[in-house]
Order: sequence, then C-alpha cells, then structure tokens
Amino acid sequence: MIEWVKKMFGQTPSSSTAKERLRLVLMTDHLALAPEIIESMKRDLVDVISRYVEVDREKVEVNFEREDKALAMLANIPITAVARPNKPEEEPKAKAEPAPAAEPEPVAEAVAAEPQAKATTSTMSGPPPTRRRRKKKAGGSKPAPAH
Amino acid sequence: MHQLQQSVDATPSEEPAKRLGRAIVVTSGKGGVGKTTTTANLGTALAARGARVVLVDADVGLRNLDIVLGLESRVKYHVLDVLEEKVSIDDALVADKRVETLSLLAAAQTREKDEVDTEKMRALIQMLRERFDYVLIDCPAGIEQGFQNAVVGAEEAIVVCTPEVSAVRDVDRVVGLLGNRFKPQLIINRLRPQLVKKGKMLSVEDVNGILHLPLLGVIADEPEIIVTTNKGEPLALRRDGATASAYHAIAARVAGEDVPAPTVEVKETSFLDKLGAFFGGRKS
Repeated sequence: MIEWVKKMFGQTPSSSTAKERLRLVLMTDHLALAPEIIESMKRDLVDVISRYVEVDREKVEVNFEREDKALAMLANIPITAVARPNKPEEEPKAKAEPAPAAEPEPVAEAVAAEPQAKATTSTMSGPPPTRRRRKKKAGGSKPAPAH
Repeated sequence: MHQLQQSVDATPSEEPAKRLGRAIVVTSGKGGVGKTTTTANLGTALAARGARVVLVDADVGLRNLDIVLGLESRVKYHVLDVLEEKVSIDDALVADKRVETLSLLAAAQTREKDEVDTEKMRALIQMLRERFDYVLIDCPAGIEQGFQNAVVGAEEAIVVCTPEVSAVRDVDRVVGLLGNRFKPQLIINRLRPQLVKKGKMLSVEDVNGILHLPLLGVIADEPEIIVTTNKGEPLALRRDGATASAYHAIAARVAGEDVPAPTVEVKETSFLDKLGAFFGGRKS
C-alpha cells in the first residue's frame, strides 16, 4: 500500500516528460534549421583554439547529440602541432591565417604527437552539462588524419 | 468598426478614405488540431460583433469550412473559379443567413493545391480586404504550396495548437517559417483541464513556455464543439456557455479590446454533478 502511494507520488507526470522531450527536440530542430549559425560557431571555435595549438581546419567536425537530458555539442578538432611550452612570450599567432595546419612547424617535432588529440566541448542549456565520455565515437567514425 | 485605417488620408472628403480590412491566416502546421473549427467560430464571433467578415477556405482539394459552418448546400463556386476569373467574387461569396455580416468563400474540392496561382491569390485577398473588415484564411495543414498560397495575402497569423508534443513542434516550425512579419498569436485548443491537473497533459504554461507567443485564449475540449460541428451550427452563434464565451472573448481580443484571454477552469465535479450528468447529460 505504502509502496503504491509512493509510486503514485514519485512518478514524473507524463506532461513533464512531454515538456522535456519537446524542449530538447526543438533545440535540435532549431540547430538543424540554422546551418549558418553552426558554421560560424565552428569558425569562431577553431579561431580560439588555434591561438594555442595548431589545428587541421579542414577536418573539424561539429555535431550535436542528444545526451540523456541535455543536448551536447561535440566538436572534433584534430590538433596538428603544439608549440614548445617554454617559448618566450609572444602574441599567439596564427589567428589570421586561414589554414595553418598545412605545414606543421618543423620545430614542433614530435609534439604533434597523438595524431588524434581532440577537443570536446559540451554545452547547451538544461540539467548539469554532461561531460562526454569520448570513447565510442572517437576512434571509429573518423579516419585519423595522416601526418 | 475595427478596420485599419490604411493611412492618414491626405485627399479631402470627396473620395472616402480607403479602409483595408485585416487579413489573418489561421494556421498550425499539423492537421487535426481544429483550425477549421476555430476559423468558423472566430469568424462567427467577429461577425456577431458587427464586423464584416469573410472566411476563405484555402484548403484546396479538401474543402471543409463550408460543412463546419453549415453552408455546404449553398456553395456554388469556389476560390479557383474566382482566381481563374470564371465568376465574380460576388457570385462566389456565400452569405451566412444567421449572422448578417458573415460570408464564406469556399475552396475548390476537385482541384489541387498547386493549381492555385500564388500571385492571384494575393490579389484576391487584397480585394477582399477592401470589402471586409476581416479576411480570415483557413490554411491547409502542412508547409507546402498550400500553406504558401494561404499566407501570401495575409498580414497576421493566428496559430492553433493543441497540448500535444506533435502539435507544439509543428507550430514552432510554422512560426519559424512565418517570421516576424505575421505577428503570430496563439490559440490553445482542445485543452482538457482534468488531465492537466493530473499531470497527464501539457498545460497552457507548458505549451507557451516553449512557444512564447501572445496568447489569444484557450478553448477546452468540450463535447458541445463536436455536437455543434455535427449540426453545422458554430458554437459561437450562441452567447451562453463557457466555450461560446471563450470564442467571443478571443474575437474581442482580436478586435483589439482589452479583455482577459479566456482560460479553462477545472470544474470541481461533485458526486451530485456526476449523478446529474448521468441522468440528464444524454440529450445532445
């Protein structure tokens, strides 16, 4: 009996489920309808990141996925080179060049290391932004850029 | 009475200022949410206020506004006849005998939506605006050509949404397509307050928390709407009763009156009410 009462009160009403599902699906719908926004966000994102590391602009991928209760933005940004950490302070360059990825600086030797270092960002409103466990998608869907 | 003054008239009195009526498209994206019933009742309620109203059925191929209004036996010509200049507007308009100022322009039943010339449709609506205070356009479901033809002459939009995930999503899409130009306003239709109270149906706040549209009003899911539609006598022909009053309040708001948007109350049903309903509620 008590269990029954608890169940009655503990259950999320289906209207809340409906509202939550709608909220998420509309975010996805709106993004799908605004490809130019995604493009410009992608551009800005890469601009910021390439102030610190060199990235392969051609191979940047931005996707949106439904997490449990949030919409996650998954950015797959291949890093081609990382500058030596103890370099004297200088204005981070590369900001203006459109495709710095073309010739990895010879000095940056093997630091370009792990061919598939990835930046993953997870945003969008909703309950606590879920951090993405990169695993499943990481290796699979995307061929490692040839170095 | 509530016409829009087209512009401040510069020319003096000999030629009366040209007043243009308001062309409002009633749309929703999804089918089956009650666009046609809403158009019929809102039009009836506006006409009952004394405004000259024409209802245009833009659902070419699936004509329905005539039967919902109970005017199906009097339709002789339709929108396409007018667009193709086979008959004049006057020949095609069906005057409603119950409300003097209400007219219907029926859709073609045996034609297809893409047979409508969009530019001619725009011109037709413009002509109707010169003769009526309100041109209410009943839009077909969908967002294809039929939708384009229905909205082309309109300046404003009323979107009808039921408290269902599918309807809300489609309204969101349609509002995106309409853009700001149409100043879309919302009517929530077929709300079932008992279900909302139990958390089994999206509430008005849930729906509009997502859509964020100016709310014209809420219409409950009431059997009397079905019954009056069965009979071809729009509920708004009446003055009494909660739902009829809701249509009249929406009409008043459309006309610019500052009345509160009709809401739907949960009726507390006592045992006696139920008993009464059991014995007495089987008439209609």
